[in-house]
Amino acid sequence: MNEFYLVAIVAMIFIVIFQIAKASEYVSILKGEEKSRKQNNRINAFLMIAFLVLGLYGAWYCNELYFGKTLFPQGSASVQGENIDLMLYITIAVTGVVFVITQILLFWFAYKYQESDTRKAFYFPHNNKLELLWTTVPAIVLTILVAVGIKFWFGFTSEAPQDAVVVEITGHQFAWDFRYPGADNKLGKKNYKLYNQPAGNTLAVDFDDPDSHDDIHVTEMHIPVNRPVKLVINAQDVIHDVGLSHFRMKMDAVPGIPTTMWFTPKYTTEEMRKRTGNPNFLYEISCDQICGKGHFSMRGIIVVETEADYKKWLESQKSEYFTLFPDKAPAKPAAPLAVDTTAKPMASNIH
Amino acid sequence: MSTATLHETTHHESHGDAHHEHHHQETFITKYVFSQDHKTIAKQFLVTGIIWAFIGGLFSVIFRLQLADPNAVYPWLEDLLGHWAKGGKLQPEFYYALVTMHGTILVFFVLTAGLSGTFANFLIPLQIGARDMASPMLNMLSYWFFFLASIIMLSSLFVQTGPASGGWTIYPPLSAIGDASSGSKIGMDLWLVGMAMFIVSSLLGGLNYITTILNMRTKGMSMTRMPLTIWALFFTAVLGVLSFPVLLSGAILLLFDRNLGTSFYLSDLIVAGKVLPNEGGSAILFQHLFWFLGHPEVYIILLPAMGMASEILSVNSRKPIFGYMAMVGSLFAITILAFLVWAHHMFVTGLNPFLGSIFVLLTLLIAVPSAIKVFNWLTTLWKGNIRFTPAMMFAIGFVSLFISGGLTGIFLGNSALDIHLHDTYFVIAHFHIVMGVASFFGMFAGVYHWYPKMFGRYLNNTLAYIHFWVTIIGAYMIFWPMHYEGLAGMPRRYYDFSSWESFKMFAGLNQFISFVALIVFATQILFIINFFYSIWKGRKVTQQNPWGANTLEWTTPIRPGHGNWPGELPEVHRWPYDYSKDGHDHIAQTEPIGADESKH
Repeated sequence: MNEFYLVAIVAMIFIVIFQIAKASEYVSILKGEEKSRKQNNRINAFLMIAFLVLGLYGAWYCNELYFGKTLFPQGSASVQGENIDLMLYITIAVTGVVFVITQILLFWFAYKYQESDTRKAFYFPHNNKLELLWTTVPAIVLTILVAVGIKFWFGFTSEAPQDAVVVEITGHQFAWDFRYPGADNKLGKKNYKLYNQPAGNTLAVDFDDPDSHDDIHVTEMHIPVNRPVKLVINAQDVIHDVGLSHFRMKMDAVPGIPTTMWFTPKYTTEEMRKRTGNPNFLYEISCDQICGKGHFSMRGIIVVETEADYKKWLESQKSEYFTLFPDKAPAKPAAPLAVDTTAKPMASNIH
Repeated sequence: MSTATLHETTHHESHGDAHHEHHHQETFITKYVFSQDHKTIAKQFLVTGIIWAFIGGLFSVIFRLQLADPNAVYPWLEDLLGHWAKGGKLQPEFYYALVTMHGTILVFFVLTAGLSGTFANFLIPLQIGARDMASPMLNMLSYWFFFLASIIMLSSLFVQTGPASGGWTIYPPLSAIGDASSGSKIGMDLWLVGMAMFIVSSLLGGLNYITTILNMRTKGMSMTRMPLTIWALFFTAVLGVLSFPVLLSGAILLLFDRNLGTSFYLSDLIVAGKVLPNEGGSAILFQHLFWFLGHPEVYIILLPAMGMASEILSVNSRKPIFGYMAMVGSLFAITILAFLVWAHHMFVTGLNPFLGSIFVLLTLLIAVPSAIKVFNWLTTLWKGNIRFTPAMMFAIGFVSLFISGGLTGIFLGNSALDIHLHDTYFVIAHFHIVMGVASFFGMFAGVYHWYPKMFGRYLNNTLAYIHFWVTIIGAYMIFWPMHYEGLAGMPRRYYDFSSWESFKMFAGLNQFISFVALIVFATQILFIINFFYSIWKGRKVTQQNPWGANTLEWTTPIRPGHGNWPGELPEVHRWPYDYSKDGHDHIAQTEPIGADESKH
């Protein structure tokens, strides 16, 4: 019943507005169309300047309300992201100046040059000097933005340092799985045809490859602070995207085509909780590429911790191979795992 | 075929009959349904576009309802949508279907067919001085293929598994495999077939527009004397004809992958616990094919709005458009660059970084012709004598929105920033302002400006002003704060943010945005009422040239018949922008150059 009243009220408002509009048309005919047209012109010219002033105030007010919530004031949580923040501020400065100047000119001209009987419009079809000016100035400014941007871009997309912690991340509808290479620092081969859910091989690892035997399979990602992390990104079913807003990083997960991305976290989760003043703060992985009905719930967690905590966590994990094939496990508990920081990069085993 | 039609028409005209359409035994069917008159076809496109805009807009209101309060329950929604809103709560599958259809409808059916289809059809013959399109028959078919596409797309809303729900960009494998999403079952096939029909329509229209502009200009109408609307519609048609076929091939390959077991886009897949046999395809290939159309598409949407805004700004400032040749040149530059930037949608797909850097350069290059256009529009206003007709208001609004949305393109086109902003609300804000709302403003400007020519009546001015002010204020209130959500990394296409520690602080803002969206949508209904009411009841046009414009359409009778000019075709002697020249308020294109006239 409430809905019915709501619809009735809305309909009433429509009818009232419509009748007023109709009446104003008759009034304008009575008053003289030219006269009422000129009155409308003055009103709208005034509204143009009012819109400009209130609009610019609104933009400032919006910034006051929401810039803090973006967590940009806290800065990027990764070393690489600092350049993204810098690029953002440079771009905001450049476009902000252009935005304010052009919007002011637009609405101010509209107000100032409203129709007047005492003035004639100025016949001004072109001026080569002016046009050359506003072709070259934007071109130069954009060249600078492109140059800085590309320099940073090549930095982000460069090869990860050799001592990077390697984590393989696999997206599937609608969760993330992580694999660590274990003591040999080599991820075992995978073959999607070996996928076998009943047997527990949900990542389709080829367990005939001995490199896979010490690999760890977890559903929450742990990484040490202040050390480069290289993500090897896979997807099983549809395209997903590893979105790490706090680290300012993002990369698609494409079935059949592994991608990579690397960054160096600056703050542990605990430190971030203090910096943001939010005791519940978490580094979340958001899926940023629509992947089906559960897209919005495809959430992953990254725990950034100190090197010592990370080592402790890593040692407490059991390899997937021995979990799935307990009979093959050595009698004693698995040897402590450690990441060899001097090992060769393992780009060769990313297939 | 076309010349035959032309000769026939000229023959009729030579008898000097002002109402030559009375020669044909015109029935209701040939006059209003299967009409070959470009003006009627334009109105058909416009009315169909308005219906689509209403549906597409309504979808956005429904999914904004969900975003406003993810936990709210609306029993009436279940009455309306049945199992798509079980328990009064929009289901995620249907939320995604609404998002997908909103994008598809607005991008293709409204802002491509509704905008280009309407104004290219209406303005090209009228403004270049032709009696009709080069092929009125193909033109009619263009509308009816669009109609067929509309029916197919609409029917997908009624299938059991729902319409396509993988986003309007329909990336495979999600769109290719029925097990991955219920929207990827029969709804997706209907989407693809509907789009194929749509592309046929668009190609028939585009070829016709190009042919007509190149071949059928009246005496004296050299290319450099064409109004900027025609230039813009010309480049739009070129973009469409060269890029839509690529989408068509992409869509057909996707149909093959879906139904014939091919693997163009598929490889290494495990879906719903099953290993699929597909091998060797590339999911990224589809994105290249899609965006090879998809990026030109945004200019297909934007250029007609630019052209109409240029014309309307000039007429109502009573000043020539500033820098006509630079305006044409920048349209040309945008057209060329539009084909060379598609991969900027793919910076985070694992694209080769060097290739990415080339696309950054080419993308940001587009800002140069765009800047030229903005500064030229501003200079057109400068020292004008501005009449705020509703069309002028929307044209000024267009420039404002184009600036705001265009500048954020400089953020996204730079791959270094796109890494953070890609697929967030920042992108939503950017493209809704620059190609959504701005193009709508161009379209509204066009409707308000040419409505008297279309229907011989005016729209109600008071409703028009309310429409303008609520829409521009509302559009900024909806999309401006979304930039902040995007900076925080809030992803697009999320059904519910409440469980995300990183994004849930924007719940209040989402509610506010939904509320404004509802008001703006209601205001559009006001426009629709005004539009249909005024066709029959609007104030009658009594002057042949109500805006004091120079272009040829205002030399036709107030209600032109098929063939447009009752007598001889007008002859053109000058460019269309002689406003306030040598003490004359305006000098029509048909006026011969005076002996003592100053050169421009």
